[in-house]
Amino acid sequence: MKRDSKSLFVLAVLLTVVMAACKGKAKPPVARPMPPPGATVVDPPPPAPPSPPQPVSEPVPVPAMPTDDLAGRNIDDLNRDSPLQPLFYGLDSADVDAAGQQVLQANAAVLKKYPGMQITIEGHCDERGTAEYNLALGERRALAAKNYLVSLGIPADRVKTVSYGKEFPFDPGHDDAAWAKNRRAHFVITAK
Amino acid sequence: MMTQRLPLIVLGTAVAGTAVVLAQQPTPPPQPQQPPSVGMVLTGEGGSQTRLAVPELIALSNDRETQDAARVISEVLWDDLNYEREFYLIPRDTYKTLPAAASMDGLAYDRWRELGADGVVMGAVQRSATGIRVELRLYSIRARQSFYGREYTGSVANPRLYAHTFADELHLSQRNLRGVAKTKLTFSSDRNREPVVATVEKRDVKEVYVADYDGAGPRRITINRTLNVFTNWSPDGRAIAYTSYRSGVPDILISNIYAGTLESPTKGQGQNWLPVFSPDGTRIAFNSNRDGNPEIYIINRDGSDLRRLTNHPEIDSTPTWSPSGTQIAFASGRSGSPQVYVVGLDGTGLRRISQESWADRPTWSPAPYNEIAYAARTGPGFDIKILNIASGETRQITFGEGTNESPAWSPNGRHLAFMSSRAGRSQIFTVDRDGRNIRQVTREGNNWTPNWSQ
Repeated sequence: MKRDSKSLFVLAVLLTVVMAACKGKAKPPVARPMPPPGATVVDPPPPAPPSPPQPVSEPVPVPAMPTDDLAGRNIDDLNRDSPLQPLFYGLDSADVDAAGQQVLQANAAVLKKYPGMQITIEGHCDERGTAEYNLALGERRALAAKNYLVSLGIPADRVKTVSYGKEFPFDPGHDDAAWAKNRRAHFVITAK
Repeated sequence: MMTQRLPLIVLGTAVAGTAVVLAQQPTPPPQPQQPPSVGMVLTGEGGSQTRLAVPELIALSNDRETQDAARVISEVLWDDLNYEREFYLIPRDTYKTLPAAASMDGLAYDRWRELGADGVVMGAVQRSATGIRVELRLYSIRARQSFYGREYTGSVANPRLYAHTFADELHLSQRNLRGVAKTKLTFSSDRNREPVVATVEKRDVKEVYVADYDGAGPRRITINRTLNVFTNWSPDGRAIAYTSYRSGVPDILISNIYAGTLESPTKGQGQNWLPVFSPDGTRIAFNSNRDGNPEIYIINRDGSDLRRLTNHPEIDSTPTWSPSGTQIAFASGRSGSPQVYVVGLDGTGLRRISQESWADRPTWSPAPYNEIAYAARTGPGFDIKILNIASGETRQITFGEGTNESPAWSPNGRHLAFMSSRAGRSQIFTVDRDGRNIRQVTREGNNWTPNWSQ
């Protein structure tokens, strides 16, 4: 700021000197001819300032908001991350216990939300029964789950059943934890 | 003996549609008569078990195929004759050093007598215009003559079949015994390692196979690329009924394995599984949920005359016919854990016959044995037990080596095939009805639920 005030002072002194000089000479104004009409201004234009950076952008595609959050997913994706949960059974039992009923109530809510959804309930068994008997046991497990869904108001024609016995264990292990996971009803969505 | 020489049917490999056709060889030219033999029965010395030797057959032609056939026939014949345990088969190593006979007349009786042989099966193989000609004879070392002889002609492609045929004929002639050398097993296998289509989870298919009783010559019967399980031979050995998921749910299919055609006796009505042919082959007992619960039904092979046999809210499963076809044994959970029950074909006379913690998958023996084999829970897994129906006594024939399930009788009632996990995940074994002579018959992939042809 000090330097600025010094320059202002120098400027003021210079102005005073110039004004005093003008007063002393007092020249008359000289008339300059008007440029002819249409004539271009010969003064070169001042150099253009450097242009600012060019903004580059394009619109970001936005997926349409689905009216139904299953519509954008194919059946396989749906089954890989299914909204329908499996339920589990006791040894040599096809009874739906309290935990199983909760699972089926949640699954029934999903089925009511999506009335076009068709499902197949797969009945599975652990490896401890024989392959032959387990086919019947798996069938009873699938039927028990279906009957409970029907009692909750799901139309029977939306629910198919199939038993795979012990053919396709979910967990290939040979212990209680594996067996518990394999005694199950697995829900497969066949139409949405 | 003025019988004709027997043309041998050799299995081919043609594939057609969903069934593999086991084609027949063209009929060989007219046959000369069978060689003469005295028709005597060979016995052991002093009433002891008859000791037999089976040296390598004489190759009367110099080509490689004939020589291979001579070796294979002797090895398979030794195994076939050993299998029924009617004869004591002198170990082959014992007579390896004995000089080979140059012709069928050159049997060194004295040398064989020193080895303690009561009988020697000698044979010769010769090239013919259409394949090979095989002569096989049983010689009595004491009597110094042939007691029994057969001649065969046929293809050189499957020399095992000559051994199987002669073994069965020798057992019938010498011991009035129906051998199993020419019988076959059917079973399910995942050996092709194909995944089931249209499922999210990785699942392997099981297809139906057949093989000789000793596991040789396996052939694929179904190409359905899904689960094909619980196979059952028709009594004439020309068809196999099984449970297929081809339509997405279990249903019964019948493959006519030599014609390459399929039958669907249940016509897609309900879900159906575990088909079992009646002893006369006209009917099929099976499981179905068509009335809302697993029950046992009977239907004619052509799909007519459906009848429901059981009616209980618990599981009724795994039917098996009595040899006369008048009763059905099955497993039921009606008293808690599964037990074996018997009921008349008219639905009367229901009774429980097993007293196990868990008894499952009964299978009724052929006559004359009146027995039912089943899988009994004996620990973490199952063992095979046999129940004598008349006496009510049971005996156990496997003992906790892995789990042992799915017993199936041989047609002569002297052996059982079953599934065991003792050698890995799941393989087919055979065992004699007294629990001896256990043999592994499958090794490729995993194999389940055997059934033995008649």
